Amino acid sequence: MSARMSAVTNSAVTQAKLWYWQRISAMVLALCVLVHLGVMIYAVRGGLSAAEILGRTRGSITFGAFYTVFVLACAVHVPIGFARICEEWFGLTGLRAAIVAKLLGLIILVMGLRAVYGVVL
Amino acid sequence: MSATLKVKVWRGKQSGEFVGYEVPRLGSQTVLDVVTHIQRHLDPSLSYRFACRVGMCGSCAMTVNGVARWTCRTHVAKVVQGDALEIAPLSNLPVIKDLATDMREFFDKWAGAKGQFKGKTTRHDEFAQVKPESRERAAANAGIECIGCGVCYASCDVVTWRPDFLGPAALNRAWTLANDVRDTAQRERLKAVAGDVGCHACHTQGSCSERCPKEIEPTAGIAGLKRLTARAAVRGELE
Repeated sequence: MSARMSAVTNSAVTQAKLWYWQRISAMVLALCVLVHLGVMIYAVRGGLSAAEILGRTRGSITFGAFYTVFVLACAVHVPIGFARICEEWFGLTGLRAAIVAKLLGLIILVMGLRAVYGVVL
Repeated sequence: MSATLKVKVWRGKQSGEFVGYEVPRLGSQTVLDVVTHIQRHLDPSLSYRFACRVGMCGSCAMTVNGVARWTCRTHVAKVVQGDALEIAPLSNLPVIKDLATDMREFFDKWAGAKGQFKGKTTRHDEFAQVKPESRERAAANAGIECIGCGVCYASCDVVTWRPDFLGPAALNRAWTLANDVRDTAQRERLKAVAGDVGCHACHTQGSCSERCPKEIEPTAGIAGLKRLTARAAVRGELE
Protein backbone atom coordinates (compact mmCIF):
# COMPACT_ATOMS: atom_id res chain seq x y z
CA MET A 1 0.00 0.00 0.00
CA SER A 2 2.76 2.42 0.96
CA ALA A 3 4.66 1.86 -2.30
CA ARG A 4 1.53 2.55 -4.32
CA MET A 5 0.68 5.57 -2.19
CA SER A 6 4.15 7.02 -2.57
CA ALA A 7 4.01 6.50 -6.34
CA VAL A 8 0.72 8.40 -6.44
CA THR A 9 2.07 11.13 -4.16
CA ASN A 10 5.23 11.50 -6.21
CA SER A 11 3.17 11.77 -9.34
CA ALA A 12 1.06 14.50 -7.75
CA VAL A 13 4.14 16.43 -6.62
CA THR A 14 5.83 15.96 -9.98
CA GLN A 15 2.78 17.08 -11.92
CA ALA A 16 2.32 20.12 -9.70
CA LYS A 17 5.96 21.10 -10.21
CA LEU A 18 5.88 20.39 -13.94
CA TRP A 19 2.85 22.65 -14.24
CA TYR A 20 4.81 25.36 -12.46
CA TRP A 21 7.75 24.96 -14.82
CA GLN A 22 5.51 24.99 -17.85
CA ARG A 23 3.84 28.20 -16.70
CA ILE A 24 7.17 29.95 -16.12
CA SER A 25 8.68 28.72 -19.40
CA ALA A 26 5.51 29.81 -21.20
CA MET A 27 5.91 33.33 -19.81
CA VAL A 28 9.53 33.41 -20.98
CA LEU A 29 8.55 32.02 -24.39
CA ALA A 30 5.77 34.56 -24.87
CA LEU A 31 8.31 37.34 -24.43
CA CYS A 32 11.00 35.61 -26.51
CA VAL A 33 8.67 34.91 -29.44
CA LEU A 34 7.50 38.53 -29.52
CA VAL A 35 11.06 39.89 -29.45
CA HIS A 36 12.21 37.26 -31.98
CA LEU A 37 9.43 38.09 -34.47
CA GLY A 38 9.73 41.83 -33.92
CA VAL A 39 13.48 41.93 -34.46
CA MET A 40 13.26 39.59 -37.45
CA ILE A 41 10.60 41.64 -39.22
CA TYR A 42 12.43 44.88 -38.43
CA ALA A 43 15.82 43.54 -39.52
CA VAL A 44 14.84 42.12 -42.92
CA ARG A 45 12.82 45.11 -44.15
CA GLY A 46 15.35 45.94 -46.90
CA GLY A 47 16.45 42.34 -47.52
CA LEU A 48 19.22 40.61 -45.61
CA SER A 49 21.85 38.11 -46.74
CA ALA A 50 23.25 35.24 -44.65
CA ALA A 51 26.60 37.00 -44.50
CA GLU A 52 24.98 40.19 -43.23
CA ILE A 53 23.12 38.25 -40.55
CA LEU A 54 26.29 36.53 -39.38
CA GLY A 55 28.07 39.88 -39.44
CA ARG A 56 25.61 41.16 -36.87
CA THR A 57 25.28 38.05 -34.71
CA ARG A 58 28.94 36.96 -34.51
CA GLY A 59 30.37 37.95 -31.17
CA SER A 60 27.10 39.48 -29.94
CA ILE A 61 26.71 38.59 -26.28
CA THR A 62 23.17 40.00 -26.24
CA PHE A 63 22.12 37.85 -29.19
CA GLY A 64 23.77 34.78 -27.70
CA ALA A 65 22.24 35.30 -24.26
CA PHE A 66 18.75 35.98 -25.65
CA TYR A 67 18.66 32.86 -27.82
CA THR A 68 20.22 30.70 -25.09
CA VAL A 69 17.33 31.68 -22.84
CA PHE A 70 14.93 31.01 -25.74
CA VAL A 71 16.36 27.52 -26.28
CA LEU A 72 16.33 26.72 -22.56
CA ALA A 73 12.69 27.78 -22.28
CA CYS A 74 11.80 25.57 -25.28
CA ALA A 75 13.71 22.62 -23.81
CA VAL A 76 11.68 22.97 -20.61
CA HIS A 77 8.30 23.75 -22.16
CA VAL A 78 8.07 21.35 -25.10
CA PRO A 79 8.78 18.03 -23.32
CA ILE A 80 6.13 18.68 -20.64
CA GLY A 81 3.43 19.18 -23.25
CA PHE A 82 4.79 16.43 -25.49
CA ALA A 83 4.62 13.89 -22.65
CA ARG A 84 0.89 14.63 -22.40
CA ILE A 85 0.44 14.17 -26.16
CA CYS A 86 2.33 10.86 -25.97
CA GLU A 87 0.02 9.65 -23.20
CA GLU A 88 -3.27 10.81 -24.64
CA TRP A 89 -2.75 10.45 -28.38
CA PHE A 90 -0.17 7.68 -28.70
CA GLY A 91 -1.28 5.71 -25.63
CA LEU A 92 2.14 5.54 -23.99
CA THR A 93 2.32 4.90 -20.26
CA GLY A 94 3.59 7.63 -17.93
CA LEU A 95 7.15 6.34 -17.72
CA ARG A 96 7.56 5.75 -21.46
CA ALA A 97 6.01 9.10 -22.27
CA ALA A 98 8.44 10.74 -19.84
CA ILE A 99 11.43 9.04 -21.49
CA VAL A 100 10.35 10.02 -25.01
CA ALA A 101 9.64 13.57 -23.86
CA LYS A 102 12.99 13.89 -22.11
CA LEU A 103 14.75 12.66 -25.26
CA LEU A 104 12.94 15.29 -27.31
CA GLY A 105 13.90 17.92 -24.75
CA LEU A 106 17.52 16.86 -24.98
CA ILE A 107 17.45 17.01 -28.80
CA ILE A 108 15.93 20.51 -28.68
CA LEU A 109 18.54 21.59 -26.15
CA VAL A 110 21.51 20.23 -28.12
CA MET A 111 20.32 21.39 -31.54
CA GLY A 112 19.23 24.77 -30.23
CA LEU A 113 22.43 25.52 -28.38
CA ARG A 114 24.44 24.27 -31.36
CA ALA A 115 22.56 26.74 -33.57
CA VAL A 116 23.23 29.57 -31.11
CA TYR A 117 26.90 28.55 -31.03
CA GLY A 118 26.95 28.48 -34.85
CA VAL A 119 25.69 32.03 -35.38
CA VAL A 120 27.31 33.70 -32.39
CA LEU A 121 30.78 32.19 -32.16
CA MET B 1 -43.01 24.59 -37.68
CA SER B 2 -43.95 21.13 -38.96
CA ALA B 3 -46.73 19.21 -37.18
CA THR B 4 -44.52 16.31 -36.14
CA LEU B 5 -40.99 15.81 -34.90
CA LYS B 6 -38.82 13.01 -36.22
CA VAL B 7 -37.08 11.81 -33.06
CA LYS B 8 -34.29 9.27 -32.94
CA VAL B 9 -33.81 7.77 -29.49
CA TRP B 10 -31.00 5.53 -28.29
CA ARG B 11 -32.37 2.08 -27.38
CA GLY B 12 -30.25 -0.58 -25.75
CA LYS B 13 -27.29 -0.55 -23.42
CA GLN B 14 -23.66 0.21 -24.24
CA SER B 15 -24.39 -1.37 -27.62
CA GLY B 16 -27.70 -0.57 -29.20
CA GLU B 17 -29.19 1.56 -31.93
CA PHE B 18 -31.18 4.70 -32.59
CA VAL B 19 -34.89 4.03 -33.09
CA GLY B 20 -37.10 6.54 -34.87
CA TYR B 21 -40.38 7.90 -33.44
CA GLU B 22 -42.81 10.53 -34.68
CA VAL B 23 -43.94 12.89 -31.95
CA PRO B 24 -46.55 15.67 -32.33
CA ARG B 25 -44.94 19.10 -32.17
CA LEU B 26 -46.37 21.46 -29.55
CA GLY B 27 -45.73 25.02 -28.51
CA SER B 28 -43.20 25.51 -25.66
CA GLN B 29 -42.46 21.78 -25.80
CA THR B 30 -39.34 20.63 -23.94
CA VAL B 31 -37.13 17.71 -24.92
CA LEU B 32 -38.26 15.97 -21.72
CA ASP B 33 -41.87 16.37 -22.92
CA VAL B 34 -40.86 14.59 -26.12
CA VAL B 35 -39.24 11.68 -24.26
CA THR B 36 -42.23 11.44 -21.90
CA HIS B 37 -44.63 11.39 -24.88
CA ILE B 38 -42.72 8.49 -26.42
CA GLN B 39 -42.84 6.48 -23.20
CA ARG B 40 -46.50 7.19 -22.44
CA HIS B 41 -47.95 6.88 -25.91
CA LEU B 42 -45.56 5.05 -28.24
CA ASP B 43 -43.31 2.66 -26.33
CA PRO B 44 -43.71 2.13 -22.56
CA SER B 45 -40.47 0.14 -22.42
CA LEU B 46 -38.37 3.30 -22.90
CA SER B 47 -36.22 4.00 -19.83
CA TYR B 48 -35.12 7.48 -18.81
CA ARG B 49 -34.58 9.41 -15.63
CA PHE B 50 -36.18 12.63 -14.37
CA ALA B 51 -37.64 13.99 -11.16
CA CYS B 52 -38.37 17.69 -10.71
CA ARG B 53 -38.95 18.87 -14.32
CA VAL B 54 -37.89 22.41 -13.38
CA GLY B 55 -34.09 22.36 -13.39
CA MET B 56 -33.49 21.70 -9.72
CA CYS B 57 -32.67 18.02 -9.37
CA GLY B 58 -30.15 17.42 -12.16
CA SER B 59 -31.39 13.97 -13.11
CA CYS B 60 -32.74 14.45 -16.66
CA ALA B 61 -29.52 15.30 -18.50
CA MET B 62 -29.16 13.61 -21.90
CA THR B 63 -27.31 14.16 -25.15
CA VAL B 64 -29.61 16.13 -27.44
CA ASN B 65 -28.45 16.52 -31.04
CA GLY B 66 -24.92 15.75 -29.89
CA VAL B 67 -24.81 18.15 -26.94
CA ALA B 68 -25.31 17.29 -23.26
CA ARG B 69 -28.23 19.25 -21.79
CA TRP B 70 -30.92 19.25 -19.15
CA THR B 71 -33.87 18.00 -21.17
CA CYS B 72 -36.41 19.64 -18.85
CA ARG B 73 -35.03 23.12 -19.44
CA THR B 74 -34.36 22.73 -23.15
CA HIS B 75 -37.12 23.83 -25.50
CA VAL B 76 -37.39 21.76 -28.65
CA ALA B 77 -37.42 25.00 -30.66
CA LYS B 78 -33.95 25.82 -29.35
CA VAL B 79 -32.24 22.62 -30.48
CA VAL B 80 -34.33 21.07 -33.27
CA GLN B 81 -32.63 20.75 -36.65
CA GLY B 82 -35.40 21.05 -39.22
CA ASP B 83 -37.82 18.61 -37.61
CA ALA B 84 -35.16 16.21 -36.34
CA LEU B 85 -34.10 15.46 -32.78
CA GLU B 86 -31.54 12.87 -31.73
CA ILE B 87 -31.66 11.91 -28.07
CA ALA B 88 -28.93 9.77 -26.53
CA PRO B 89 -27.72 9.01 -23.01
CA LEU B 90 -24.93 11.14 -21.51
CA SER B 91 -21.44 10.38 -22.84
CA ASN B 92 -18.55 9.14 -20.66
CA LEU B 93 -20.90 7.11 -18.45
CA PRO B 94 -21.95 3.45 -18.74
CA VAL B 95 -25.47 3.06 -20.12
CA ILE B 96 -27.85 1.09 -17.90
CA LYS B 97 -30.66 1.09 -20.42
CA ASP B 98 -31.81 3.47 -23.16
CA LEU B 99 -31.37 7.03 -21.81
CA ALA B 100 -30.46 6.13 -18.22
CA THR B 101 -26.76 6.11 -17.36
CA ASP B 102 -24.95 4.66 -14.36
CA MET B 103 -23.80 7.70 -12.36
CA ARG B 104 -21.86 5.72 -9.73
CA GLU B 105 -18.41 6.47 -11.10
CA PHE B 106 -19.30 10.14 -11.46
CA PHE B 107 -20.20 10.45 -7.79
CA ASP B 108 -17.40 8.14 -6.61
CA LYS B 109 -15.02 10.67 -8.14
CA TRP B 110 -16.49 13.42 -5.96
CA ALA B 111 -15.46 11.27 -2.99
CA GLY B 112 -12.09 10.65 -4.69
CA ALA B 113 -11.54 14.41 -4.91
CA LYS B 114 -12.23 14.64 -1.14
CA GLY B 115 -15.51 16.35 -1.83
CA GLN B 116 -16.71 15.98 1.76
CA PHE B 117 -16.54 18.90 4.17
CA LYS B 118 -14.38 18.23 7.22
CA GLY B 119 -14.61 20.68 10.09
CA LYS B 120 -13.25 20.76 13.61
CA THR B 121 -16.09 22.42 15.50
CA THR B 122 -19.26 20.89 16.91
CA ARG B 123 -22.81 22.14 17.31
CA HIS B 124 -21.81 23.40 20.74
CA ASP B 125 -19.27 25.85 19.32
CA GLU B 126 -19.97 29.32 18.03
CA PHE B 127 -20.87 29.74 14.36
CA ALA B 128 -17.93 30.42 12.10
CA GLN B 129 -18.08 33.89 10.60
CA VAL B 130 -17.19 34.04 6.92
CA LYS B 131 -17.31 37.46 5.35
CA PRO B 132 -19.43 37.30 2.17
CA GLU B 133 -17.08 39.68 0.39
CA SER B 134 -13.91 37.77 1.25
CA ARG B 135 -11.90 36.37 -1.68
CA GLU B 136 -12.37 32.77 -0.57
CA ARG B 137 -16.12 33.09 -0.08
CA ALA B 138 -16.50 34.75 -3.50
CA ALA B 139 -14.54 31.90 -5.12
CA ALA B 140 -16.63 29.26 -3.33
CA ASN B 141 -19.85 31.07 -4.27
CA ALA B 142 -18.94 30.93 -7.94
CA GLY B 143 -18.97 27.12 -7.90
CA ILE B 144 -21.36 26.23 -5.09
CA GLU B 145 -24.59 25.96 -7.09
CA CYS B 146 -23.64 22.67 -8.79
CA ILE B 147 -26.48 20.11 -8.62
CA GLY B 148 -24.46 17.17 -9.97
CA CYS B 149 -26.27 16.66 -13.27
CA GLY B 150 -23.18 15.33 -15.06
CA VAL B 151 -23.46 17.60 -18.12
CA CYS B 152 -19.89 18.88 -17.65
CA TYR B 153 -18.56 15.35 -17.11
CA ALA B 154 -20.25 14.11 -20.29
CA SER B 155 -18.89 17.10 -22.24
CA CYS B 156 -15.28 16.69 -21.13
CA ASP B 157 -12.93 15.22 -23.76
CA VAL B 158 -10.26 14.58 -21.14
CA VAL B 159 -12.64 12.20 -19.31
CA THR B 160 -13.03 10.36 -22.63
CA TRP B 161 -9.26 10.11 -23.09
CA ARG B 162 -8.43 9.38 -19.46
CA PRO B 163 -11.28 7.48 -17.81
CA ASP B 164 -9.54 7.92 -14.43
CA PHE B 165 -9.71 11.72 -14.64
CA LEU B 166 -11.78 13.04 -11.73
CA GLY B 167 -13.63 15.38 -14.06
CA PRO B 168 -14.93 18.95 -13.87
CA ALA B 169 -17.75 18.46 -11.33
CA ALA B 170 -15.62 16.68 -8.72
CA LEU B 171 -12.80 19.21 -9.13
CA ASN B 172 -15.26 22.10 -8.94
CA ARG B 173 -16.50 20.64 -5.65
CA ALA B 174 -12.91 20.33 -4.41
CA TRP B 175 -12.30 23.98 -5.39
CA THR B 176 -15.31 25.22 -3.41
CA LEU B 177 -14.03 23.30 -0.35
CA ALA B 178 -10.47 24.51 -0.93
CA ASN B 179 -11.96 27.97 -0.44
CA ASP B 180 -13.91 26.99 2.68
CA VAL B 181 -11.93 28.55 5.51
CA ARG B 182 -13.59 26.20 8.05
CA ASP B 183 -12.40 23.04 6.32
CA THR B 184 -9.55 21.13 7.96
CA ALA B 185 -8.69 18.59 5.24
CA GLN B 186 -7.04 20.98 2.79
CA ARG B 187 -3.75 19.15 2.52
CA GLU B 188 -5.34 15.77 1.88
CA ARG B 189 -7.65 17.35 -0.67
CA LEU B 190 -4.82 19.02 -2.59
CA LYS B 191 -2.96 15.71 -2.66
CA ALA B 192 -6.07 14.01 -4.01
CA VAL B 193 -6.70 16.53 -6.78
CA ALA B 194 -3.09 16.97 -7.95
CA GLY B 195 -1.52 14.79 -10.60
CA ASP B 196 -2.49 12.85 -13.70
CA VAL B 197 -6.03 12.03 -12.68
CA GLY B 198 -6.64 15.41 -11.08
CA CYS B 199 -6.45 19.04 -12.07
CA HIS B 200 -3.21 18.63 -14.04
CA ALA B 201 -4.91 16.47 -16.66
CA CYS B 202 -7.22 19.36 -17.63
CA HIS B 203 -6.41 20.98 -20.97
CA THR B 204 -8.52 24.08 -20.29
CA GLN B 205 -10.68 23.37 -23.32
CA GLY B 206 -13.64 24.78 -21.42
CA SER B 207 -16.43 22.50 -22.68
CA CYS B 208 -17.58 22.08 -19.07
CA SER B 209 -17.90 25.84 -18.56
CA GLU B 210 -19.52 26.25 -21.98
CA ARG B 211 -22.22 23.65 -21.29
CA CYS B 212 -22.88 23.94 -17.56
CA PRO B 213 -26.60 24.76 -17.26
CA LYS B 214 -25.86 26.65 -14.03
CA GLU B 215 -23.18 28.69 -15.79
CA ILE B 216 -20.53 27.52 -13.35
CA GLU B 217 -16.96 27.61 -14.64
CA PRO B 218 -15.22 24.43 -13.53
CA THR B 219 -12.33 25.43 -15.81
CA ALA B 220 -11.64 28.44 -13.59
CA GLY B 221 -11.83 26.30 -10.44
CA ILE B 222 -9.44 23.73 -11.93
CA ALA B 223 -7.01 26.54 -12.82
CA GLY B 224 -7.30 27.67 -9.19
CA LEU B 225 -6.49 24.15 -7.99
CA LYS B 226 -3.42 24.10 -10.25
CA ARG B 227 -2.20 27.31 -8.58
CA LEU B 228 -2.91 25.97 -5.08
CA THR B 229 -1.22 22.62 -5.73
CA ALA B 230 1.83 24.30 -7.31
CA ARG B 231 2.20 26.50 -4.24
CA ALA B 232 1.79 23.47 -1.96
CA ALA B 233 4.34 21.45 -3.99
CA VAL B 234 6.93 24.23 -3.80
CA ARG B 235 6.41 24.43 -0.02
CA GLY B 236 6.75 20.64 0.26
CA GLU B 237 3.17 20.26 1.50
CA LEU B 238 2.22 17.62 -1.09
CA GLU B 239 4.91 15.13 0.01
